[in-house]
Amino acid sequence: MKRTYCLEVSGDFACFTRPEMKVERVSYDVMTPSSARAVFESILWKPAIRWHVSKIEVIKPIRWVSIRRNEVGAVVSVRNAQEAMNKGSGTLGLNIEDERQQRAGLFLRDVAYRIHAHFELLPNAGENNSMGKFLDMFERRAEKGQCVNQPYLGCREFACNFRLIDTTQPQAAPIAETRDLGWMLHDMDYSKPTDPQPRFFRAQLESGVLRIPAWDSEEVRG
Amino acid sequence: MALNNRYDFVLLFDVKDGNPNGDPDAGNLPRVDAETGRGLVTDVSLKRKVRNFVGLVKGEQPPFDIYVKEKAILTQQQEKAYLALGLDPKGKDGKRKGGDDVEIAKKWMCQNFYDIRTFGAVMGLKEANCGQVRGPVQLTFARSVDPVVAQEHSITRMAVATAAEAEKQDGDNRTMGRKFTIPYGLYVAHGFVSAHLANQTGFGEEDLELLWQSLAQMFEHDRSAARGEMATRGLYVFKHESQLGNAPAHSLFARVQPKLKDGASVPRDFNDYSVTVDEAELPQGVTLQKIVG
Repeated sequence: MKRTYCLEVSGDFACFTRPEMKVERVSYDVMTPSSARAVFESILWKPAIRWHVSKIEVIKPIRWVSIRRNEVGAVVSVRNAQEAMNKGSGTLGLNIEDERQQRAGLFLRDVAYRIHAHFELLPNAGENNSMGKFLDMFERRAEKGQCVNQPYLGCREFACNFRLIDTTQPQAAPIAETRDLGWMLHDMDYSKPTDPQPRFFRAQLESGVLRIPAWDSEEVRG
Repeated sequence: MALNNRYDFVLLFDVKDGNPNGDPDAGNLPRVDAETGRGLVTDVSLKRKVRNFVGLVKGEQPPFDIYVKEKAILTQQQEKAYLALGLDPKGKDGKRKGGDDVEIAKKWMCQNFYDIRTFGAVMGLKEANCGQVRGPVQLTFARSVDPVVAQEHSITRMAVATAAEAEKQDGDNRTMGRKFTIPYGLYVAHGFVSAHLANQTGFGEEDLELLWQSLAQMFEHDRSAARGEMATRGLYVFKHESQLGNAPAHSLFARVQPKLKDGASVPRDFNDYSVTVDEAELPQGVTLQKIVG
């Protein structure tokens, strides 16, 4: 009983950062499958299921904006925290003026996508978890606009609206654009949780539609 | 210590003769969306002000300490009452194993630092890349309701910094500088509080109250030559009855509509705007709290 759901997501900005340009972030032209997966997961996710994105439709023209921000170039040190915990004293704060980095970002602006996905029940789901239960849960939540956290387009500051789409109803056509988007991140492979590996696929935009090959197909390489 | 409700909020603030957020790419001009002419204020700029406000009000003491500090409020934290929280630093049996320890440290950081509990933080980890805390509060870029025009002002200084400079000017000792302001701009930002993530970081009701207070008052404590007059003009909080929420956020945000009043073509004051808040027939399970405005 596989059902494909379609969500329309839209927002003012988006940044699906290319891994090779992440210091000064440059977005992919189109939403990545991993980011689309995260949108579905923000509405419903349990350890028993896994989402698979099959198609991304681009509804608005691809437009860009460059924004430079002051960012922090340091991370919280676990060791310092542990030391302070044990000693009962210490300095933990971080002076942003000492750790400042100014980073530009090339973001997408005014975006809207229709993302299509289904989920599979994992083998270790257990007897209490049936497909139907999750299907009902997802539909109920998505229709009401419920979510665990507000979904976003690549970065958390680019929160997005979402709406469950009835695919039997006519929808606005995707943009009339056909081009090769090059190699794009498909998703991270978390089979070794301590060492996740990225996997890529050749993204082709055909009349505004990006078809996503199955995770285990030959087109996806890591 | 847990939230039972999801919240979505709309923050309205304005600036008068000031620069709400300079753009480092454009010589500190106020940020402007080049295509629409509307002003922008980044999410990080607003979060900075929340941090500063909380640091000021709570004196940077646990459990309201601030991790990402600004030098302006420099108080060295020494010999703090870290252990006063009743947390045994050595763990239950005094033994520590790598993995568990990181979780304990993360939890402990959340308990002590307001900004980590609220906005999250990336904790340094070499072995596993799961060392981050996702905070419940998510903010978006703020945009002005109408296009803004940045004005450049040349200003003079009746002194110079160095003797060499004075010599060059034959003792005239005057330099010029530049300053950018927006005559007036009313900005709208959207925000979200996820109950599920709140429960993961221990962000509780008291923290939420502090968040509302800081959003309402943060500009009052952020005066400077560059900012001009900034003030929070509206804080509309949609409280959902359930943790997951009862309505889509965008449908709630659409109920708060600031508009230029008829006859006011050039806004120069908050009175030139009218803010309509559609409270009629709110979706079931959603209540509106008007904290400001």
